[in-house]
Amino acid sequence: MLTYTLRRLAFAVPALLAISFIIFAILDLAPSDPTAQLPLTIPPEVREKIRLSLGLGEPFAVRYWKWLIQFFVNEPLNLIEQWTGWSFGDGDRLRVLSWQTRSPVVDLIAQRMPQTLWVVGMSYVLGALIAIPIGVISAYRQYSWFDQFGTLFSMVGFSIPTFFTGLLFIVIFSVNLEWFPSIYDTTHEVTDWESFVFQIKQMIMPTMVLGLYNASQISRFMRASMLDNLGQDYVRTARAKGMTEKVVVLVHVMRNSLIPVVTVLALNLPQVFGGAIITEQIFKVNGLGQLLIGAIEGGDIPTVQTLTFIFAVLIVLFNLIADLLYGILDPRIRYD
Amino acid sequence: MTDQPIPAGGATPAGGPALVAAPAMPKHRSQWSDVWRQFASHRGALAGMAVFLFIILLCTLGAFIHDVDPQKLDIRAKNQLMSWEHPLGTDNLGRDMLAQIIAGGQVSLAVGVTAMLLSLLVGTLIGVLSGYFRRLDGPLMRFTDLFLALPLLPLLLVIIMLFRDMLRTAFGPESGIFILIVFVIGITSWMQTARIVRGDVLALKEREFVLAAKSIGTPSRRIILRHILPNVLSPIMVSATLGVANAIITESALSFLGLGFPSDFPTWGRLLYDGANFMTLTPDRVIWPGLAISLTVLSVNYIGDGLRDALDPRIRGR
Repeated sequence: MLTYTLRRLAFAVPALLAISFIIFAILDLAPSDPTAQLPLTIPPEVREKIRLSLGLGEPFAVRYWKWLIQFFVNEPLNLIEQWTGWSFGDGDRLRVLSWQTRSPVVDLIAQRMPQTLWVVGMSYVLGALIAIPIGVISAYRQYSWFDQFGTLFSMVGFSIPTFFTGLLFIVIFSVNLEWFPSIYDTTHEVTDWESFVFQIKQMIMPTMVLGLYNASQISRFMRASMLDNLGQDYVRTARAKGMTEKVVVLVHVMRNSLIPVVTVLALNLPQVFGGAIITEQIFKVNGLGQLLIGAIEGGDIPTVQTLTFIFAVLIVLFNLIADLLYGILDPRIRYD
Repeated sequence: MTDQPIPAGGATPAGGPALVAAPAMPKHRSQWSDVWRQFASHRGALAGMAVFLFIILLCTLGAFIHDVDPQKLDIRAKNQLMSWEHPLGTDNLGRDMLAQIIAGGQVSLAVGVTAMLLSLLVGTLIGVLSGYFRRLDGPLMRFTDLFLALPLLPLLLVIIMLFRDMLRTAFGPESGIFILIVFVIGITSWMQTARIVRGDVLALKEREFVLAAKSIGTPSRRIILRHILPNVLSPIMVSATLGVANAIITESALSFLGLGFPSDFPTWGRLLYDGANFMTLTPDRVIWPGLAISLTVLSVNYIGDGLRDALDPRIRGR
């Protein structure tokens, strides 16, 4: 297991390097000028100086190398310094600076991270909580009305894009019924019961939109996996031993069926971050997705590069986690 | 996934065995009539097909029945709700919503189908090459893995932001953005097809009929075209339907984030995005385009579901 993990980690390094190169190259070779938005009254020589100050004077390879150093060496060192209080060298390292705010991109991301994690995390938990019972019951009572309904639910939930459900929720619950606020207030602090209720209220819609979408996907996997296991010999054995139906289904079958579902959950998590970009835009949550959209619209290339690369790291990381989880959860699978 | 050998060439040849067997069998059954029978027994798939055909008809013929110019401004009739003159109301500039939805649907469906074709082409090519030629397998599959690890939505947004202006000046504002969006969706959605096709080709390559073809000296190109491709047709068809749904959703998502088609050349996603600002005043503007996207994707997904069952010989036999 350990050797497998190490081998996979070693393999992830060239993959991530290749991805970072692709992202860097796409952004760099594109025919767009970061100074194009500036007023035309700026004389050309000043404009050239602005370009130099943004680090655009160097050749492509040098800039890529510097970005790699900044991202893989300087920023992690900074993070370690912040967390532990140790200091390495003089602490005066080049950092990835945002062109919009002139502050380090990593700090911006650290500011935005909690909002996204709350919305994405809650919606994922909610999705799993809705989906697993639906999947279990659908499979156990295959072709019953509940199963038909559950299949329809997952098909509909899977097909309706989140930007439509989000807007529909706003029209129904904010505009017509006025139950929940349509804008997520990230400056809101929970201090007492009332503010806690408000926090719950403003979180319901974004998490429900993403959660229902996730639930529709997870319930399909859960149902299929349950159906696979219900026909196995060990189920018959358990019944023959005189186990109650509850124990057979909820202990024997469900535990085994959860193995592939858990790995799918891990695999899909990075995609959910991608989906959160849209949800954050609808409910005006100022998380990572909105940071990305704002940076794209403002032509803020360092922020876009770093964020996109972080998304890529998440994908590679969760792929690895999914494979390892499989090995841990399923004793039949051995990597060594 | 189709392990059973299907006669090369897809449909049963018209002559030969079928004619000889005709007196013994009461009714001639070709492979495709079996497929159709299985497909028709899937109620969801039939309903999906009906809805999808209706949407296609609406988008193609609807423009002749409801022949209002979608871009005609009538500022005095702005923000109207449903009426006889404007069946789905008007937007904030007084443009007729039904005409806009019909025009937007044409673009959305065209994007969905073209992007799907592109991604199928790339996916099948890479899948067949890496499944058939062992030497190409390693590099091509690593390449596929690399693409699977790319964060697609952020990357799509970035590519569109960066190359939009260049392509608009090169091909004109409308076809420029169309080419760009179809291209980026196509080249970022071929990976699943490639993997499925590769798996099937790997299994097919070891079968006797391929061996027989090889032993009589058939060149690789003809083996692939005559013997392998017809047999991987069914997974390709299933991924085609899923590809259309995926492309339509991606395009709408891009337009919804403001980085897809412009307002004067709207798609359903763009109409939804523009309508979102007037949600409190005219909620219809959100509901109709959103419903159009959702219904299309839902019906296409159901068709895909039915096709998957119908094309799988293990299910079809029962």
